[in-house]
Amino acid sequence: MTDQHDNPHRKLEKNLFLMLCFVVVATAIGGIVEIFPLFKKEVAIEVVEGVRPYTPLELAGFNIYKREGCYNCHSQQIRVIAEDVDRYGPPSLSAESQYDYPFAWGSKRTGPDLARVGERYTDDWHIEHLYNPRSVVQQSIMPSYPFLMTEHLNTSELQRNMEILKMLGVPYTDDDIAKYMIDIRVQLGLETDEALISDFLKRYPNAKIRKFNNRSSDVTDLDALIAHLQSLGNKADLKTNKGRLW
Amino acid sequence: MVLTNLSKVMNNMTLHNTRYDDQIIRYFTIAAFFWGIFAMLMGVIIALQLAYPQLNLDLPWTTFGRIRPTHTTSIIFGFGGNVLFATSFFVIQRTCQVMLQAGTLARFVFLGYQLFLVLAVSGYPLGITQAKEYAEPEWYADLLLTVVWVCYFIIFALTLSKRQERHIYVSNWFYLAFIFVVAMLHIGNGLAIPISITSPNSVPVFGGVQSAMIQWWYGHNAVGFFLTAGFIGIMYYFVPKRAERPVYSYRLSILHFWALIFLYIWAGAHHLHYTSIPDWTQTLGMTMSIILWVPSWGGMINGIMTISGAWHKLRTDPVLSFMLIAIAFYGMSTFEGPVLAIKDVNRLAHYSEWIISHVHSGGLGWVAFISFGALYHMVPILWNKPDMYSKRLISLHLWLGTIGIVLYVTSMWVAGITQGLMWRDYNEVGFLKYSFIDIVSSIHPYYLIRAIGGISYLSGFIVMVYNVYMTIKSQPQESSETLKEKACATPA
Repeated sequence: MTDQHDNPHRKLEKNLFLMLCFVVVATAIGGIVEIFPLFKKEVAIEVVEGVRPYTPLELAGFNIYKREGCYNCHSQQIRVIAEDVDRYGPPSLSAESQYDYPFAWGSKRTGPDLARVGERYTDDWHIEHLYNPRSVVQQSIMPSYPFLMTEHLNTSELQRNMEILKMLGVPYTDDDIAKYMIDIRVQLGLETDEALISDFLKRYPNAKIRKFNNRSSDVTDLDALIAHLQSLGNKADLKTNKGRLW
Repeated sequence: MVLTNLSKVMNNMTLHNTRYDDQIIRYFTIAAFFWGIFAMLMGVIIALQLAYPQLNLDLPWTTFGRIRPTHTTSIIFGFGGNVLFATSFFVIQRTCQVMLQAGTLARFVFLGYQLFLVLAVSGYPLGITQAKEYAEPEWYADLLLTVVWVCYFIIFALTLSKRQERHIYVSNWFYLAFIFVVAMLHIGNGLAIPISITSPNSVPVFGGVQSAMIQWWYGHNAVGFFLTAGFIGIMYYFVPKRAERPVYSYRLSILHFWALIFLYIWAGAHHLHYTSIPDWTQTLGMTMSIILWVPSWGGMINGIMTISGAWHKLRTDPVLSFMLIAIAFYGMSTFEGPVLAIKDVNRLAHYSEWIISHVHSGGLGWVAFISFGALYHMVPILWNKPDMYSKRLISLHLWLGTIGIVLYVTSMWVAGITQGLMWRDYNEVGFLKYSFIDIVSSIHPYYLIRAIGGISYLSGFIVMVYNVYMTIKSQPQESSETLKEKACATPA
């Protein structure tokens, strides 16, 4: 109690409002410095060709990836270190995940990284593996997902989903949004009209067109999830990477 | 039999205390026990799933990916959150010498918070999630939590402003920072646009690299403020009370508080080392994380030195032992954290079970043990009993808990370092030596040991719940509260 007068902190302890103001300032600075600059594209995102938003089918697959909590055990982020690059491929660019809402980088590798899993395995492998992982990888500890095989893909929220993403800055056109349902059928190879196919490929360059879940004639969850997985990490043309402009 | 006992418990819930509003604290205390049992049980189940994948049952709502968030949400927000509500309302009334303000609003906070937890946890098995770790609840649950949290802040600030003591006690600084920062983090990270008013799903406002930084700004400070600052508030009140010694150093507590809350906010970027986030952000995160070691250990020293001079009490009071072990684990995990934040260490440890070990030495060792200490101290006071029903059972809990932590933490250390070393091991001609699946199967034994540790820890907690139940059921003693209150002066 002797230092009651000479200790300036005593003032704070007696004034709730003043203390709260100091707390607000002290806890706001770190976030402002680390987060705000990242909203400037040149600071955070590399200039690289080939990155495009997900097709409606791939987006539906991304939603299933989130719904099933795949991010709890799989990362999608190849770090800039030799052992990651040698195992999984070239380091991830932030440009490659810029249309993921939210990011799916993960924090744990109970299973392997999936950032560049696209087209590394066949659709059939994915079907077998998701149906029962131990049928293709004997010691796997991944859960089986037999229900994805037959579950009819729910597309009722997809249009609104794309509209919101467009509002947030993902470069979907009104045309993309209007055609989302036909685009799903085109990507699954269920439409044979050449004009529709070339229109789809013009808007989504390099998208894979085939029936991903060839065990079902229906449009299933598994179609969307495999379409999503097969699109991971092979969109950007890494040779054109100019780095960040800052 | 059980029913009559239960009605006895409920009757005891209406015990009257004229000085303080303790009924609301009893509600939160019971809720903490309920969520604690649920959360630890879910933890044991998902631990066993990693050892035996058949336990995923091939059903959508029982797979690891969907139910792991039920464990994290219910242990952090269910157990931890309810302990924070209970202890903060206990501490603020006693250190301000005033009745809790806005009592009706506090009851709304209780009901609203439990509803939030039920809404959040029931959504995950159905696949309703925002897919951000520790922030999985969807928009409708997030909105409810925001309202509840603002009410909590109002109650806390109102009660502080009505205080009979001139100074705001150090515990309340920490509670105040915790309440404010959690609001800021929750709103900042939770911003999302619902698909429609009738849909449970939403699209988060931030994507890609921005959402990564904002998520770990949130995630690391959920640790820093929810699981640290709040529980430091518990330490600064209950440790001096239990040890019957004043806080060791007032100046150290000032340093601890301001340095901790300033530095913690910067540390989130250490979750993103070597990723595609800009390098300067990673370096900043690493630097601040290492400096954070200093105030953390300042706090640990302040806690342990408060017990110094009362060491003999450890022989007879297992509750004080809970607190001491908690502070020791606080020291250990706040040393391990900065080490893991160093980029070269992180290179080995990131994505591995080492991180799971780190989280649980902090969670099981620090957060839950300091909570157990505080709860054992509070329960007899809240239900107006002379003491806990059985001291031997408290000791049993202490041992089961400690053995559980040791098995858990060491097995995951070994598993994590094994993974990290095997992932980076090259053979003599320069190829990676091990396939991923070889590494998965090599850590199977450690998953088993971890599950056994978890079962031991859960068993200890069940012993505690039984002990608390028997305490509440026992005959009330007259005015033990007033006796205890007189016996120990407010620590200053």
